[in-house]
Amino acid sequence: MDFMIMSSTDLETEALPLSENRAFAHPYIPNTVPEVQEAMLKEIGLSSIEQLHDAIPGSLKLSGLMDLPPAMNEYELRRHIEGLLAKNKHAGAGGYLNFLGAGCWQHFVPAICDEINQRSEFVTAYAGEPYEDHGRFQALFEYQSLVAELVDMDVVNVPTFDWAQAASTAIRMAGRMTGRPVALLPKSVDPDKAKIIRNYCTPVMELREIEIDAATGKLDLEDLRRKLGEDVAAVYFENPGFLGVIEERGAEIAALAHAAGAVAIVGVDPISLGLLEPPSRYGADIVCGDLQPLGMHMNYGGGQSGFIATRDEEKFVMEYPSRLFGIVPTEVEGEYGFGDVAYERTSFALREKGKESVGTQTALWGITAGVYLSLLGPHGMRELGETIVQKARYAARKLAAIPGVSLRFAETDFFKEFVVDFGGTGLTVAEINRRLLAEGIFGGKDLSASYPQWGQCALYCVTEIHSQADLDRLADAIRKVVSTQ
Amino acid sequence: MQRIRRDHKVRNFHQAKWDEPVVFELHRSGERGVIPPGTEAGITSEVGGAASLIPAGMRRSEAPKLPEIGQAKVLRHYLRLSQETLGSDLNVEIGQGTCTMKYIPRINEMLIRTPSMMELHPLQDPDTAQGMLEIYHKLDLAMREISGMDAFSFQPSSGTQALLAMASIVRAYHESRGEGDQRDEIITTIFSHPSQAATAAVKGYKIITLHPDEDGFPDLEKLKNAVSERTAGFVVANPEDTGIYNHRIREFTDVVHAAGGVCFYDQANANGLLGITRAKEAGFDMCFFNLHKTFAAPHMCGGPATGALGVAEPFVRFLPGPLVVHEDGKYKLKDQPDVSIGKVRSFHGVAQTVLRSYAWIMSLGAEGLRDVARIAVLNNNYLYHKILQIRGASAPYIKGRRLEQVRYSWKQLTDETGVTTEDITRRMCDFGLHYWTSHHPYIVPQPFTLEPTESYSKEDLDEYIQALAHISEEAYSNPDIVKTAPHNSTVHRNDESSLDDPAHWCITWRSYLKKTQAK
Repeated sequence: MDFMIMSSTDLETEALPLSENRAFAHPYIPNTVPEVQEAMLKEIGLSSIEQLHDAIPGSLKLSGLMDLPPAMNEYELRRHIEGLLAKNKHAGAGGYLNFLGAGCWQHFVPAICDEINQRSEFVTAYAGEPYEDHGRFQALFEYQSLVAELVDMDVVNVPTFDWAQAASTAIRMAGRMTGRPVALLPKSVDPDKAKIIRNYCTPVMELREIEIDAATGKLDLEDLRRKLGEDVAAVYFENPGFLGVIEERGAEIAALAHAAGAVAIVGVDPISLGLLEPPSRYGADIVCGDLQPLGMHMNYGGGQSGFIATRDEEKFVMEYPSRLFGIVPTEVEGEYGFGDVAYERTSFALREKGKESVGTQTALWGITAGVYLSLLGPHGMRELGETIVQKARYAARKLAAIPGVSLRFAETDFFKEFVVDFGGTGLTVAEINRRLLAEGIFGGKDLSASYPQWGQCALYCVTEIHSQADLDRLADAIRKVVSTQ
Repeated sequence: MQRIRRDHKVRNFHQAKWDEPVVFELHRSGERGVIPPGTEAGITSEVGGAASLIPAGMRRSEAPKLPEIGQAKVLRHYLRLSQETLGSDLNVEIGQGTCTMKYIPRINEMLIRTPSMMELHPLQDPDTAQGMLEIYHKLDLAMREISGMDAFSFQPSSGTQALLAMASIVRAYHESRGEGDQRDEIITTIFSHPSQAATAAVKGYKIITLHPDEDGFPDLEKLKNAVSERTAGFVVANPEDTGIYNHRIREFTDVVHAAGGVCFYDQANANGLLGITRAKEAGFDMCFFNLHKTFAAPHMCGGPATGALGVAEPFVRFLPGPLVVHEDGKYKLKDQPDVSIGKVRSFHGVAQTVLRSYAWIMSLGAEGLRDVARIAVLNNNYLYHKILQIRGASAPYIKGRRLEQVRYSWKQLTDETGVTTEDITRRMCDFGLHYWTSHHPYIVPQPFTLEPTESYSKEDLDEYIQALAHISEEAYSNPDIVKTAPHNSTVHRNDESSLDDPAHWCITWRSYLKKTQAK
């Protein structure tokens, strides 16, 4: 076997610093034990392992080994990876004070959320049946049910990739339901999210932008009225949205959409819903958002998960591309069983004739969100919402008191994010953020490229994880960095 | 004291069965699971109460009806549900064909749990995330070597999303050449994952689906008849889910290229090919790999995951951005030109899975990866040889020539006993095992598709074979025990009559309570 020939005299590899080139069966590949391989080959009537790939023509076969670094054992791997990761600066304990949000947010993650999403059974399960994977089905049914209470709707999907995908699918659902090709989105939607939606909807649907009010950051109702028409399938708005603003005219927007025959789709931050009224109460037909605040670490953006919720009406349910788990009886009285609702609507059943597509998405994050909501309960969610809105307002006020610094949308209420205008400082956001890094702080997202009409603005995110001392430190640091040229 | 006899042929298994209520039934008013961080008095005195900070009409009028449960009870509940889930760590999970349920190295699960991975914000200054970006870049380089492609994006967060990205790139490419309207057809095969066709349809394409020839190969003559000036692209897996490798694949990609189409490759079935052959030489313009299959990232009940998307040079500018580049001695995020498809997923994809797969490749090296391919195919052919000896089992199409998985049929057994493949998969649960049948539509009757991967030992394979052989015997001698399975699982057979009935389906607990109120 080639892999056995690994003495340093035989191969032209550099000597590995931490181990000799020894020959072992690989710990991950039990049948690399030579005697076992020989026995298996013999049993199936082959004499060499290369014969197994006879189906592949020689013209398509690689002639030598791939050019990859030599294998590391577990200890070497750990040192290597830990060494790489040590080059990162991170948020949280022992790290930088972080005020970045913009779609991925730093929230408190209860230990039990980490405990459950590290459980080997949940980490390594996949596409089993509702029998041997009963636990997985129940955990996802419970997540559906818990988010349903938060958004006050009767149907929630097994989650998709992220908020952008949830919004994209909601818009396509509206397109199928109404038979119309256009969706309206306000310019306050994250430009990166808009890219995702645009790619997903093109060429079947067309996206058109609604203006936002430069003073309030909210959707321009007059522009919405102008743009509604018989070709509009959906009006999409967010509450709170990318710029942090709270939209209190949701009922009016939904009513305008409905009067024009369009579906009202509202994107929410679920962690706000212990405090804020859910969109179902002000006319939303489809609600979507990101589950990441509900128990997922930021993971450099790997913690995102998108949910979609609607009323329990056949015309909505039959448009979901996602799996939807339902509770059912079994043949034994008293047992809870679970299964797929309306499976025949999915691409699993109908390929290109199914609704959009479905597959692996973010199930483990759905389970985690269920655990999170079970831990927080109604009181925890309300307290959390209150704390966040208070802390964010405190930070905003302190920053606005700094000479040269103001709030972009000074009269608008916001939840956890707000736009800070540094125009009066004479410094760019990029320079301010560079100086803040030296103070151990990640400053808010630079908006000057996406919204150049506002000059040097940044999006700051404050959550329950920031203490008063943290916020005072932020204000002091900004005061310091903007007072020097 | 006597030696305890353990010579039974099949495992005397019983799944954990907790008869666990639904979480809402654990509610006890007043209990708290966790107390969130609160507001300091100094903040409240400065800004006032929360209610005064939001518009009056936006205050939640009625608290969400979430259950109130103490912390230990929440933990116990979810631990019980995890025990009632048969993750691949626990069993010989070789029955999920095309899913590649290989060993998930524990060291990688540990490494992702460090704050310098978990507490990174995707928008933090790239200078502060150099370790993360180095991992992205190095995995990119490794996958270029493995596939022959010229650049990788890890943004797509599943195979399906990678397929969507490829269909999007195909569209952008033809549009850039003024042929976007003209080329509105994508060709695929009936054995392909439904998402191949479905994502192309999402991007507005008409789908042409080819059926195989009698040996199970995609039919080259049918492809020649299907291509035209309307062809935008051809997408296929090779080997397909039957395990049959199409040795004429280069002729197929040549035919499509001659017609002006783009060839894109679903490499969900790459586990038998690593270090043996590549997408490039087979003539593909783009390919994707499932990091959560071939590259040992876990499946996590169905994600989060990654579909690593690689493209040849002419298509690099269409990739979703930003791309990770190494320039001037630093790792940077580089925006893509306007002609690119933009983005398919927020930020940079599932970074912790990029890390896992990088770590796995570093644990194996070039020889190790080739061993993966060789042993995966050896294990599969061993299994294939022995399963064909089981009464009632067959493998349609050409004999031999299977790579890393096989689609089998119980047709003979079903014709002779009335026991179906669905019955048998439920009976497999009684032995702590499982198999997957097939994607729809079932071209192979009474299908089951097995993929052992390189992770299992000969003894593991023998256990699985023994269980299937045992159930086959039962089908012929005592079919009822199979038809009424499972008997030793967490629950018994579902009554699925409500699942397609809008009046009765219950997708949430609140819906269940409403719909069952009067009864």
